[in-house]
Amino acid sequence: MAELLLAIGRDRDIQAFELLFKYYAPRVKAYLARLERDNQAAEELMQETMIAVWNKSAQFETARGNVSTWIFTIARNLRIDAYRKNRRPDFDPDDPAFVPDPVPSADSLVQELQEAERLRGAMETLPEQQLQLLRLAFFSERTHSDIADALNIPIGTVKSRIRLAFSKLRAALEERS
Amino acid sequence: MTVRHEVSDELLASYAAGTLAEGWRLAVATHLALAPHARRRLALFEKTAGQMLEDIQPEAPAGDVWVKIRAKIDNQQPSPVSTMPRAAPEKPSLAPAPVLPEPLRSYLGGDVMDLKWRTLGRGAYHIPIRTEDGETNVRLLRIPAGKPVPEHSHGGRELTLVLSGSFQDSGELFARGDIEEADATLTHQPIATPGEDCICLAVTDAPLRFKSMLLRLVQPLLGI
Ligand SMILES: [Zn+2]
Ligand SMILES: [Zn+2]
Repeated sequence: MAELLLAIGRDRDIQAFELLFKYYAPRVKAYLARLERDNQAAEELMQETMIAVWNKSAQFETARGNVSTWIFTIARNLRIDAYRKNRRPDFDPDDPAFVPDPVPSADSLVQELQEAERLRGAMETLPEQQLQLLRLAFFSERTHSDIADALNIPIGTVKSRIRLAFSKLRAALEERS
Repeated sequence: MTVRHEVSDELLASYAAGTLAEGWRLAVATHLALAPHARRRLALFEKTAGQMLEDIQPEAPAGDVWVKIRAKIDNQQPSPVSTMPRAAPEKPSLAPAPVLPEPLRSYLGGDVMDLKWRTLGRGAYHIPIRTEDGETNVRLLRIPAGKPVPEHSHGGRELTLVLSGSFQDSGELFARGDIEEADATLTHQPIATPGEDCICLAVTDAPLRFKSMLLRLVQPLLGI
């Protein structure tokens, strides 16, 4: 997928985009459908996301994350912008007050793929309870206290399951820090 | 200076999911601008979400959406963003970097020297910051060097991000970039380190509960 996206960014390769589209559009649609009660809204946001993927493809850098992560962040941001009336404050790497990372990020496609593979493996080992929480945290509009209410567990348990899940994932990636 | 007190996994997860209300998000985003390690943690959260997007049960879009998208792409003007090479990095400026990083600086309309502080009494100042989430109360606070914030507990969550100077709280030092998360269970009395006023961003979702009866009386006037 990263090769497809790089080809789209470099050569405006419409065939590559068609392949990417057919793979991701149904996934982005499914993600947005979980957040939106309105199917039409999910459909429109999905289309907007995929057009943004085409338009921004030259900005994709393998070093900054894999394709699905990049597409997730585009869909998420478009959704916040569309459905929240308020602003979406974000840090700006070009700001002179921004503190750059002294640790160089993964710089090759191979490294990125290996890391994605390790992450996938680690996610498969998470207990269902923790996975369910991650799904609710990322793929529903619920805040953590809403999740606690929905699952009928204390908010502290929600927090500790999220913490546990991520400390396992971090350990699996042998964080370079 | 390395940030020692990073945002919690819980808040970072909400930030990555896009579910944080504007006021909290402003504090976390400004913290992330100063905390490279926390940004690496954020990257893991986003990668996890990306992996879940891979694994999600796909849902077929309505009709032949590819034809529609294809037409939209063909009809749009070539995007200048995608065809233009990235601008060359600016020459290092001789001016010192701003104290307030983005996105906070834009919310305040300038850096520290441009601010119009309002007094809170006892040498403390604040500047309320407008957000539209209808949930949070956001302000920049200036605590005089060596002086305490009156002892208080919280009706809800409180985030305090240090931007300049530092404070001590419960035996720990919070300096530039550090974020302190307090909830309804914590009663505390942060004290600004002597020598320099402490400027921090404070976000709450419920009025503070001051121990002092006098402060409780004037609290509504100050709006804290
Ligand atoms: Zn670490
Ligand atoms: Zn407090």
